[in-house]
Amino acid sequence: MIQVWINGKEWQVPEGLTMIQAMWHTGHEVIHGIGCLGGVCGACAAVYRMPGNFRLFNALACQTLVKEGMAFSLIASYPTQRAHYDIEQIPDAKEGLFTLYPESATCRNCNACTEVCPQGIDVRTSVWQAAFGDFKGVAETTMSCVMCGLCVSRCIAEMAPHEIALYARRAYGSRELPFPENLRQRMDSIEAGTYDEELVRLTRLSADQLKTECGAK
Amino acid sequence: MTVENPSSLNPYDNLPAFDPGEPGSFSPEEREELLRRYYPDYRPDRKATLHVGPNKGEVLPDEVASILESRSILATEGLPAVPSSPDIEVDLLVIGGGGAGIMASIFAQEAGARVLMATKLRVGDSNTVMAEGGIQVALGEDDSPVQHFKDAYRGGHFTGDPELLSVLVREGPEVISWLVKKGVLFDRDPSGNLSLRKGGGTSRPRLISAKDYTGLEVVRVLKEDLLNSGVNIWEFSPAVELLQGPEGSCAGAVLRDVDNGSLKWVKANAVLLATGGAGRLHIGDFATSNHFGATGDGLVMAYRMGARLLNMESFQYHPTGVIYPSEMAGMLITEAVRGAGARMFNRDGKRFVQELETRDVVAASIIRECEEGRGVRTPSGHHGVYLDLTSIDREMGEGTVERRFPNIVKLMGKHQVDCTKQPILVYPTLHYQNGGIASDTSGHTQVEGLYVAGEASGGVHGKNRLMGNSLLEVFVYGRRVGVDAAREAMSRKPFSWHEVNLGHVDRFQRDLEKEFPGTSRPEAPILFPDYRKHPHPARS
Repeated sequence: MIQVWINGKEWQVPEGLTMIQAMWHTGHEVIHGIGCLGGVCGACAAVYRMPGNFRLFNALACQTLVKEGMAFSLIASYPTQRAHYDIEQIPDAKEGLFTLYPESATCRNCNACTEVCPQGIDVRTSVWQAAFGDFKGVAETTMSCVMCGLCVSRCIAEMAPHEIALYARRAYGSRELPFPENLRQRMDSIEAGTYDEELVRLTRLSADQLKTECGAK
Repeated sequence: MTVENPSSLNPYDNLPAFDPGEPGSFSPEEREELLRRYYPDYRPDRKATLHVGPNKGEVLPDEVASILESRSILATEGLPAVPSSPDIEVDLLVIGGGGAGIMASIFAQEAGARVLMATKLRVGDSNTVMAEGGIQVALGEDDSPVQHFKDAYRGGHFTGDPELLSVLVREGPEVISWLVKKGVLFDRDPSGNLSLRKGGGTSRPRLISAKDYTGLEVVRVLKEDLLNSGVNIWEFSPAVELLQGPEGSCAGAVLRDVDNGSLKWVKANAVLLATGGAGRLHIGDFATSNHFGATGDGLVMAYRMGARLLNMESFQYHPTGVIYPSEMAGMLITEAVRGAGARMFNRDGKRFVQELETRDVVAASIIRECEEGRGVRTPSGHHGVYLDLTSIDREMGEGTVERRFPNIVKLMGKHQVDCTKQPILVYPTLHYQNGGIASDTSGHTQVEGLYVAGEASGGVHGKNRLMGNSLLEVFVYGRRVGVDAAREAMSRKPFSWHEVNLGHVDRFQRDLEKEFPGTSRPEAPILFPDYRKHPHPARS
C-alpha cells in the first residue's frame, strides 16, 4: 500500500492504480472529471505534487499511476473564453484569428503552457505559429490536443491556447487546404446517379441472392 | 474469461522468438466452428431468456437481460406524479452528446426546430471521441459505394439491413465532405487526396483517418460548432425515463440533474435517442474500450415504451484490447495497426490467425489460444497474446509506428511499454453493440415520436461490424435522422401536457411483477458504472 493525498486528504491505496482508480478505491464517486477513460477526452485534467519537490505537475487522471507520497486534485473544468464563428464564413482566415482572439499575439514566451501540457504538446510554439499565420504548423504541433484547458490555467497572457489552436487547425483544413480531389470525384458520380440503380437492385434481391452476390471478396 | 491466481511474473520476461510464418486461412466451416465454440455471442453460458417486453422469448447476455427487465429508477418509492407543467417544451429532444447526438442537433437546429440536447456527461464524452482507426468511405478508383455495400453486408455475416446499408454507403461521401469543409483534418496523400487505408474484412483500402486520433479530431470540430449553433444544451442531465403521449406515442422525457438530483420534465414533439452503446455492462466480465457512460440507457427506456430491439445478442469484442499492464485493461489498440502489418503471436511465438480476418474471427482465435493454454499469463492471472508492431517499422520503414500511431505510442509509453520495440499484450475487449433499437432509414422506431441514431440503433451492421462503418453511421444517420425528426416534430399534431404520463412504465412494471413474482428486479438505466464496489474487470 502507498500513501496518497486526494483533494488534500490522506489515503492508503494499492500500487498500480491510476488516479481515477485510486479515487474509486477510496470510495469517491467521480462524475465531473471523468469521460472516456482512454486518455483522449480531456475531462480528467489533474494537478499533483510529489514530496520534496517544489514543482507542480499536471496529468490526465485516467492515464497516470499514483506514486508514494503523491498529492493530487482533479480540475474537472477550467472556465475558458471561446469565440463564436462559422469557419466557412470568415472573410479572411488569417485576420480572423486576431478578430476572434486578439490576445493571441501577446505571448510573453514564458513557456508555462508547454510545461503544463499533459499531452506533451509544444503549446508555446503553436501559439507563435498561429500568430505568424502558419496554421499548417499549428495543425501538426497540436494534433494530440485533448482540449483539457490546463494551458489556460497557466497562461500569463490570459490566452486559451487550445481554442486558438482549434481555430487555426480548422482554418487550415477548411480554408487553406484544397478540397480533396478523390472525394470531389466520388461525390460527382454519386450526384450523377451512377450507383443508384445497382444499389436499388441489391436491396431488392432475396436474402439468398444477396448473399451469393456479396459472398466473394 | 478465465482467471488464475495472481503472480509476480512479468510477461515481458522470457519473450519467445517470433516466427513470422503465416498461418493458413479458415474454410467457411472452420470459421463457423471457431465462432460457435469461442466467440462470446454464440456460447450458451451466461445467457437469459426475456420474459417481458417486445423481444420476449429472445435469449440475450445476462447483463443485457438484466437492464431490459428492470424497474424504473423513478419508482423506488412509487412513480412520481407528472407536474402541472413541463420545465421546457421543444420540438426535438436529443438524448446523448456523442457523434450522432451532435450531428442530429446541429442539423435539426438548422432545419428550424427548437432543439434541446441533454447529455449525461459533457458534450463529446462518448465512444465517438475515442475512435482511433478511421471512417470507411469508398473513394478509391477501383472502389464504389456498391463495393462498400457488399463488403459491409458480407462482413455482417449477411444479417445487416440492406436498406439501411445502401443509405450509409450512398450518403457517406457527402457527409465526409461536410466534415472536411468544417475543417476536420483527415490525413492526405502527397497529391492532396484523402489517404485510404486497409481495414479488416474489406476488399479495398477505404479507411480515412486522422492518424490514430480520428474521433478526437472530428469531435473537437463538431463540439465547437454545436456550442456555436444556438442549440440548448443541458450537460450532466441524463434521461431516466421517456414520457408517453397520445396513443402510446413518445412525448418527451424525464431528465435528472446529477448535481442536485432534481428531475426535469421535457415536453417534446420528437425524442431522438443517441445514447450510444453498452460496454460498461462488462458482459461476460470482459474489460471494455467504451467511455464511462456507455451503459445502454436508451435501450432500457425504449424497451419499456414498446420499441423492438434487433440483434441484441450480438456484441463486438474487439480482438486487441490491452490486457497488461492491468490498469490499462480494455484500452483499444486500433485494428489499423494490423492493417499496417502488425502481427499476433501466442506464447510459443507462433502466429495463429491471419490478422485481417473479420474482428469476430480474430477475437475468437485469441480466446481459443488462451483457453487451450497457448496464451501469455499476466501477473493478475489473466491471459493474452502478443501484438507486435515492430514488423510495421521493419516493413514500412523506421518511424512509421510513431508517425501513424502517435496516440498508442504515447499511451503505452506512459505505462512503460515502448510498443515501437516491444509487443503489446492483448485480449478481446467489449467494444461495440452490434444490435440496438430497430429503426428505418429515417430513424423511426416502432414508437411514434421516438427516433434513434448511432450505436444505440441496430440493423446497419447486422451481427458483426467492420471497422470504420460505425463512425460513418454516426455521421450519416446523425445528420439524416436529425433532419427527418426535426421536420416531423415541427408538423406533429399538437397535444396537451395533460395527455402526458408515465403509463408505459407502470404497465411494464406490472408485467414484470407477473413474470417474476416475489423477486426484486434491478433498477435501470444504470447511468454510471460503480467501480467503488466492483473493481474494473480484468484488473486484479
